[in-house]
Amino acid sequence: MTLDTPVQLDLDALYNDAQVATSMYEDPALFDIEMERIFKNTWVFVAHDSEIPDKGSFKLSWVGKEPVIVVRDRKGKVHVMVNRCRHRAATVCEVKKGKTSSFQCPYHGWGYALDGSLRALPYPEQYGDDFDKAQHGLQRLHTETYSGMIFASFNAEIEPLVDFLGPVTKWIDLFMKQGGGFPVKVLGEHQFKVPMNWKVQLENTTDAYHFPIVHKSFMQSLDGETEEMFEFLETGKGYVEDLGNGHSVMVMIPELVDLDENLDAPIPERFAELAQELRDEGYPEDQVKKIVRAVGGAGFNLNLFPNVSFSLAFFRVLRPVSVEETEIRHMALGMEGGPAAANRMRLRLHEHFQGPMGFGSPDDAEVWERVQRGTKGGPDLKILVNRGLVDERPGPDGPLGHISAETGMRAAYDMWKRMMSK
Amino acid sequence: MNDMSRTPGSMLLSDVAEFLWHEADLLDRKDYDAWLSLWTGKGHYILPIGDTPDAELADALNLCYDNDKMRRDRIARFQAGFSISSAPPAETIRTVSRIVIEAAEGDRVTIRSAEHLIEDKFGRQRVWAANVTHRLIRVDGSFRIEDKIVRLLNSDGMLNSFSYLF
Repeated sequence: MTLDTPVQLDLDALYNDAQVATSMYEDPALFDIEMERIFKNTWVFVAHDSEIPDKGSFKLSWVGKEPVIVVRDRKGKVHVMVNRCRHRAATVCEVKKGKTSSFQCPYHGWGYALDGSLRALPYPEQYGDDFDKAQHGLQRLHTETYSGMIFASFNAEIEPLVDFLGPVTKWIDLFMKQGGGFPVKVLGEHQFKVPMNWKVQLENTTDAYHFPIVHKSFMQSLDGETEEMFEFLETGKGYVEDLGNGHSVMVMIPELVDLDENLDAPIPERFAELAQELRDEGYPEDQVKKIVRAVGGAGFNLNLFPNVSFSLAFFRVLRPVSVEETEIRHMALGMEGGPAAANRMRLRLHEHFQGPMGFGSPDDAEVWERVQRGTKGGPDLKILVNRGLVDERPGPDGPLGHISAETGMRAAYDMWKRMMSK
Repeated sequence: MNDMSRTPGSMLLSDVAEFLWHEADLLDRKDYDAWLSLWTGKGHYILPIGDTPDAELADALNLCYDNDKMRRDRIARFQAGFSISSAPPAETIRTVSRIVIEAAEGDRVTIRSAEHLIEDKFGRQRVWAANVTHRLIRVDGSFRIEDKIVRLLNSDGMLNSFSYLF
């Protein structure tokens, strides 16, 4: 959809001076413009390489409101294309994940190759001799991958992915060290829907301030040593840094930023049993230490604009459904080809906090919904994201603030404004 | 008398139904201490995702995979009052029916049943349906739960958060 008359938005009234207007969470017209100007124009995360491991592997995903298929062709190249037959619009695939040699529309049998090109259609003669199959392939998106993370964009003019990511790439490299020497693999995902605007979710992954409040009951279920690790607001050692283009990093546990460091530190009590299991399986001591240190995940959240986060030990993916409805996926990660015992521990740690029955996510979901409910009152009041401005300073890649600063939210809203002004 | 291969089918079914309805009633009333005492303490309470076979659940991502300690921690979280999603929790009303005795041997019986649950919170009701498997052990004329596996109909779809047990 092209908007014939550009909608004149008073962007300063919507976000300025670290204050967000209430309508940012509630205005359906604004939501439609966001989908157009942001989600149709930027890099959107669609899948991880390990979810489509083989030739012909595919999964369904979304770019903004549009359903797409992510597929690996016979040569190993990844394609992302709109899940819509070029004839009369039926979806060509309704299987969430699997393996195929082609996609065929169930309505009139138009058949598409793994790269989206139209291969054959029944009784083509009724289209005349000048029918050009090359013009009737599935609509393809621009696709690039960094470190197994597959991004797609409708914008043909978009900058290379690495330029969009900028300093984010070095943090992705650090995050992927939790493979413990093995490639990182998606082991499964928790999915839940929350009645909230997508930006409430975007904010949360860079919000350390809520952790000891909302997640008190999670903290209470931890052993003393781990609980201490999560008391990052007390120690105040971490920080939040604006990485540009709406991205930010929130370092909660500085000693777990680089998992290849401090490998000689004693193995924490909660991992002692796992370490012994690995030794019994014949892993040498240096590898045991590397794996065990990686099992708990990294000590930071890397929040990318607009839809994916690398959060401690999992990927958080958001999908805006409507102005007051957002779907969330928490993708559990493990070690591809790594010891089963280590992957089992990662699965149990993920289930402990994440998902519809975790000790953390349900409390998050409750407060996000409470934000959406609360904004029905006082429509002229502003949402404040000014925390930590008081001692924000320049960091290596952008403004850097206290661990509980709202620096990451300001980074995201600055990018939001930049994209919405085009 | 604990040998259930000698118990007439209709009697066993009525014993099992009485037990499952008692458990359902405890869960709706959130009498979690009584619920914990129904367990042998050895097995697992699991909500799988998708159709992963029972034998592979330990190596798969589940909605929950609780041993005795995690069950107790989960209940403690519900009861302590610090979890905003469970203070107050959603109210629930459930029915358990379509009970099938899958196997009965010695003091062990495996039961399949259907569970329908309606939750109410924020003036909003949601409906959930599940296939449930209980592995029970006959103890002193009643039963204890060894394992309980609850397969939600849409376990691999978009869910919401749960502030109660199935």
